[in-house]
Amino acid sequence: MATESEHIESLVNRRYEHGFVTDIESEGLPPGLDESVVRAISALKKEPQFMLEWRLQAYRQWREMQEPEWAHLHYPKIDFEAISYYSAPKSDKDRPKSLDEVDPKLLETYDKLGIPLHERARLAGVAVDAVFDSVSVATTFKDKLSEAGVIFCSFSEAVQNHPELVRKYLGSVVGRRDNFYAALNAAVFSDGSFVYIPKGVRCPMELSTYFRINAANTGQFERTLIVADEGSHVSYLEGCTAPMRDENQLHAAVVELVALEGAEIKYSTVQNWYPGDENGKGGIYNFVTKRGDCRGADSKISWTQVETGSAITWKYPSCILRGENSVGEFYSVAVTNNMQQADTGTKMIHIGRNTRSTIVSKGISAGKAQQSYRGLVRIMPQAEGARNHTQCDSLLIGKNCGAHTFPYMEIRNPSAKVEHEATTSKISADQLFYCRQRGISEEDAVNMIVNGFCKEVFKELPMEFAVEAQALLNVSLEGAVG
Amino acid sequence: MLDIKNLHASILDTEILRGLSLSVKAGEVHAIMGPNGSGKSTLAQVVAGHADYVVTEGSVEFNGKDLLELEPEERAREGIFLGFQYPVEIPGVNNAYLLKAAVNAKRAHHGQGEMDAFEFLKLAKEKMSLLGMDPKFLNRGVNEGFSGGEKKRNEILQMAMLEPSLAILDETDSGLDIDALKSVAEGVNALRSPDRAIILVTHYQRLLDYIEPDFVHVLSAGRIVRSGDKSLALELEEKGYDWVKEAATA
Repeated sequence: MATESEHIESLVNRRYEHGFVTDIESEGLPPGLDESVVRAISALKKEPQFMLEWRLQAYRQWREMQEPEWAHLHYPKIDFEAISYYSAPKSDKDRPKSLDEVDPKLLETYDKLGIPLHERARLAGVAVDAVFDSVSVATTFKDKLSEAGVIFCSFSEAVQNHPELVRKYLGSVVGRRDNFYAALNAAVFSDGSFVYIPKGVRCPMELSTYFRINAANTGQFERTLIVADEGSHVSYLEGCTAPMRDENQLHAAVVELVALEGAEIKYSTVQNWYPGDENGKGGIYNFVTKRGDCRGADSKISWTQVETGSAITWKYPSCILRGENSVGEFYSVAVTNNMQQADTGTKMIHIGRNTRSTIVSKGISAGKAQQSYRGLVRIMPQAEGARNHTQCDSLLIGKNCGAHTFPYMEIRNPSAKVEHEATTSKISADQLFYCRQRGISEEDAVNMIVNGFCKEVFKELPMEFAVEAQALLNVSLEGAVG
Repeated sequence: MLDIKNLHASILDTEILRGLSLSVKAGEVHAIMGPNGSGKSTLAQVVAGHADYVVTEGSVEFNGKDLLELEPEERAREGIFLGFQYPVEIPGVNNAYLLKAAVNAKRAHHGQGEMDAFEFLKLAKEKMSLLGMDPKFLNRGVNEGFSGGEKKRNEILQMAMLEPSLAILDETDSGLDIDALKSVAEGVNALRSPDRAIILVTHYQRLLDYIEPDFVHVLSAGRIVRSGDKSLALELEEKGYDWVKEAATA
């Protein structure tokens, strides 16, 4: 019915709250990529020789690689020569020793984003590392964490202060030549976060990183490495925002997680990069490789993600279940609105005996957005008694959006139990009218239905972030019905 | 309370209501009967404000307010409740959550404070025991996997919680076996009150055996062609709707 479709289509009217630009002096490398750029980045970071070698090898391999084209995504070819591979707030020259020395404008930016960098951090009890464009600007709570023996610092600092750990684990989960974007990241990544939890330590607080792209024509390539030693436990959250710009910006990050025997890593993401306007102009191209390695027996890695931003998302947080009885989990809510496209999902690679994995994916599409779930469950011959349960649900708002599901299963052990459930549903005009007849406004009704749909995933998020995620979802679909 | 004058309404350019007038006062129970396609459900939807129906002529006043000016949610908060013929399922949304949101939306509209979870649960359990409903209902998804009877009973629960001044129950009896019908009717009867009006939209007489109306109206081709007391319903049962159709064209 004409009235129904018009009605629901007007539902899609996004307001991006983090679209401001911070007027801060930054300096960077001119656009373009060759070996000298890789060398320059390494030199700027005063890196040891092994890092430079590693980067150069990655760069040379990247040169030989092809951009992947198998994803269900359509976008103009990226001109890798037009991107600047390094940008830093100028004051970085003499790096701040403490928060008091951080440029107040930067702090203001994080304030606007609601990130608890300062005193608020203490109240919230969350330790934060913040990456602005390419460099890490502040890490809060260092003292309290170091008492527990936890290392939480920028990647650059880790290279300087803990080179042996970096050398041992860097690239051990996502190799330099793993894929096109991972290789690019390995060559030019400029910062990121590093976490090491020693044996038997339960990290005393949530750790968190906020990524912000500010400078124009800049790519952001950060790298996160989390190592949980035997019997340790850590919960980590990352958040991301960017200003509204007409050009597309590239974000190609790598996250590596290592869980040794009996260790547990919970990694939560609230991704709200600028998605572009309603006509598809601007927005972040988000090509991210995230992988966790359950290296030891009885280890567990859990990915929870709430993805509302980016013009293009290409992302498959995965688990390699190597250790016996190890557990991998993937809980995802992805919202695509207007012209956004997402091809996202996970990979669960069962190698060890009695390994278990759970996948819960909730996709919400509105406007003209296209969203695909792409998931692989691979049971290796030696993975006796492996189990997987996959649940993959799509919710459509309006009739110009699309949801697609590409499940892959490779079962090479007859004892495996693999289940896959999938549903697709629509917010119907009847549901909205029903709620309105009960006195509930249209927007509240949409939020209620969407939140009900995502409930299983939200309950996996740390409490304070579940609230944030819910609010973010409501903003993302704001004005969706009008 | 409700004053409908010369109402004309169309859906997709097809006129369904063709000059319907009806006046309902507080405390009254009216039954609207009529053959399929006569406009009974359309009347219910138009009063509730469904966007697919376009009012082309006439007026609807509710407690002196021009109802046609109001959005559906505003009409609901003003005290109009529609018990749906086919209540929709809203998977994942907890029944209690919807109910609480509805109750609080109405309270806010009337300048009352929000009802907290404790008060709400107490009230909900009270109403449920009145309707003979299992409290487990509250934790299920809205109408998700409910039987026909459960859905209709859930509508009555919502009505009981929202305490509307005008309740329109659209084919509340359809699809119910006799036991379910009795229990729904008991629920409705418990909600009869001097300051509440009820409009029962029904095809069959049998609902009226359990909920006794003060007035019965017969709809045909979008207008009320006969009005009377409950004996009119019995006459219809005996003579069928053809009799009314003939009367309408005569």
